[in-house]
Amino acid sequence: MSDAQALPRWADVVLIPLINISLALAVSMLIILAIGESPTEAISVMINGALGYDEAIGYTLYYTTNFIFTGLAVAMAFHANLFNIGGEGQAYIGGLGVGLLMLALSDVLPFGLLLPLGMLAAMAFGAAWAFLPGWLQAYRGSHIVITTIMFNFIASALMVYLMVHVLIAPGSMAPESVQFNEAAFLPFLHEWLNAIGFEVAESPLNLSFIIALVCLVAVWIYIWHTRWGYEMRCFGQNEKAAAYAGINGKKVILVTMCLSGALAGLVGINEIQGVQHRLLLNFTAGYGFTGIAVSLMGRNHPVGIFFASLLFGMLYQGGAELAFELPNITRELVVAIQGLIILFSGALTYMSKPWLEALFRRLPKRDRNTAEGAAHG
Amino acid sequence: MGDLMEILILTLDATLRVSAPLIFCALAGLVSERSGVIDISLEGKLLAGAFVSATAAAWWGSPWLALALAIVVTIMLSLVHGLACITYRGNQVVSGVAINILVAGLTVVLGHAWFQQGGSTPPLADEARFMPLDWPLAETLSGVPVLGALYSELLSGHNLLVYVAWLTVPVIAWLLYKTRFGLRLRAVGENPQAVDTAGISVSFLRYRALIINGVLTGMAGTYLAIAQNAAFSRDMSAGQGYIALAAMIFGKWKPWPTLGAALLFGMLDAISIRLQGVAVPGIGEIPVQLIQALPYILTVVLLAGFIGKAIAPAADGIPYTKER
Repeated sequence: MSDAQALPRWADVVLIPLINISLALAVSMLIILAIGESPTEAISVMINGALGYDEAIGYTLYYTTNFIFTGLAVAMAFHANLFNIGGEGQAYIGGLGVGLLMLALSDVLPFGLLLPLGMLAAMAFGAAWAFLPGWLQAYRGSHIVITTIMFNFIASALMVYLMVHVLIAPGSMAPESVQFNEAAFLPFLHEWLNAIGFEVAESPLNLSFIIALVCLVAVWIYIWHTRWGYEMRCFGQNEKAAAYAGINGKKVILVTMCLSGALAGLVGINEIQGVQHRLLLNFTAGYGFTGIAVSLMGRNHPVGIFFASLLFGMLYQGGAELAFELPNITRELVVAIQGLIILFSGALTYMSKPWLEALFRRLPKRDRNTAEGAAHG
Repeated sequence: MGDLMEILILTLDATLRVSAPLIFCALAGLVSERSGVIDISLEGKLLAGAFVSATAAAWWGSPWLALALAIVVTIMLSLVHGLACITYRGNQVVSGVAINILVAGLTVVLGHAWFQQGGSTPPLADEARFMPLDWPLAETLSGVPVLGALYSELLSGHNLLVYVAWLTVPVIAWLLYKTRFGLRLRAVGENPQAVDTAGISVSFLRYRALIINGVLTGMAGTYLAIAQNAAFSRDMSAGQGYIALAAMIFGKWKPWPTLGAALLFGMLDAISIRLQGVAVPGIGEIPVQLIQALPYILTVVLLAGFIGKAIAPAADGIPYTKER
């Protein structure tokens, strides 16, 4: 494209994403108007519900934790030019891994062993569920988007079968397993804060949040500061050039998909080991799909993903509060907003680019004129 | 013997009923993908069509108006997809995902605000729905052994939209293989440069494919909400859009094989309902979940090239940039 240089970098990195999010939020406001509620009231209820008091902040950060994991999972795959829609299924199976391990070992092992083992199980199961689509893409040429979609449904069917027929607690009506031994529970952050003297209300926010922050840094190091990350980005930019440079594309696909699945699987640590303390159905609640929005909005960069996760955490928690305060609105408004954000910042990313380019082409000219004027004067 | 015959006919009958939306959606996906636009958003459009038709039928009581409005809305969603994929050359999968998620949320939000029933629409009276059509003499002929049962149970007594779904297959096949438009459509999905060089607009062709896609998904949604059921309920498409996508791939992007795949997947659905809690002699009880997951598993196996090879149109998913 001849105009590729017309936009300064900051406009591409900051301005365009901001415009896209604003467009998505503007349409969301129109939806709120259409169902007869006041957008300004909705916004204030949401912000207060997400950040207004300590319990709300706890919930917001608890949702944020899930979105960091799934957002990083999608971003990791994007860097190798792979679109992993299977985060939902990988998170589900990752949770299954944690659950099976805790059901087997939480009575005999101490927490110090259960935490690393649980993380390993979550990552291994999530990775395994992503490995198969990766292998099929690398060696059999099937399209990763389709296979990961299919694997989401297969995961869901598998979980229903296991929960209804195999893992259900004896005598239970609901398809839920028995509770793990307390040794397995991750510490809640409000317990820690209370212990050191800060009085904080209860919330599901737990140690996984710290693990998620560590993952953000680890993924940043992996993508930009290791040989493997370099090979992955090369492959993602240009498969043929990467092959000429001696990079094994098949290996890159397999490793990237496994890492992506492992990150998604860590949702299981937050949900199963951290909050629910037992295995149950549908604990992923669409977090895997939200990861797509998070990754697109955060431009596949850990810093962006952190802020996007925070925004979605606020939306989820604020949305719950909104549904409670304004009975005409349901929580699914957040799902609709999520769809709009994916549409505007993922699919219509460069809708505003021609306009901005036209604008920027005018600006420097005026600068030049004033500079010339100054020189003459 | 007679018993077995009856079970067979009832299962086939159920197959026809559940496969109608799959046929519509799979063909919708087929037209779009043969023109080079990947359409993951079948699920979303199916759900949107269902919601709009049920809402319109609840408000105005006319199934035909409901059908028309559902088609208008699904065409509009198709055009949004086109705007993102054709005009702005965005990522087609991302755009599809966006439409699916947007519709999943929006239908519940609007349904809740308008009807206050947790995202469902109120149950519809028969006049506001498409009802089964009984063919002439179905009642009298039902006594005739085998043929009579076939006629009265299997052929007669379906919904108008089921027959339309069947009719759509030869129509789409004719459109793709026997018309000038179809030739160009297939060409634009394989080699858009060639079509462009011939002086034919790639974008306009692809937009027309998406409009056909919208019409078909609108009919699918209408069938789901006001023919097969009598109201909209949240997430009522329940993954059928994705099964249709699988059927399209299973049918190797060709109309008649796609019909076969849609019927196969519909039959699996019908069988899974019938097999609930039944022990099959020699095998024991087959988990319903396994049968429900079979369409997905079969598609994965097919895509992996273990049973034949499914090859997508060459330009599928690649935005076309006109050289300047």
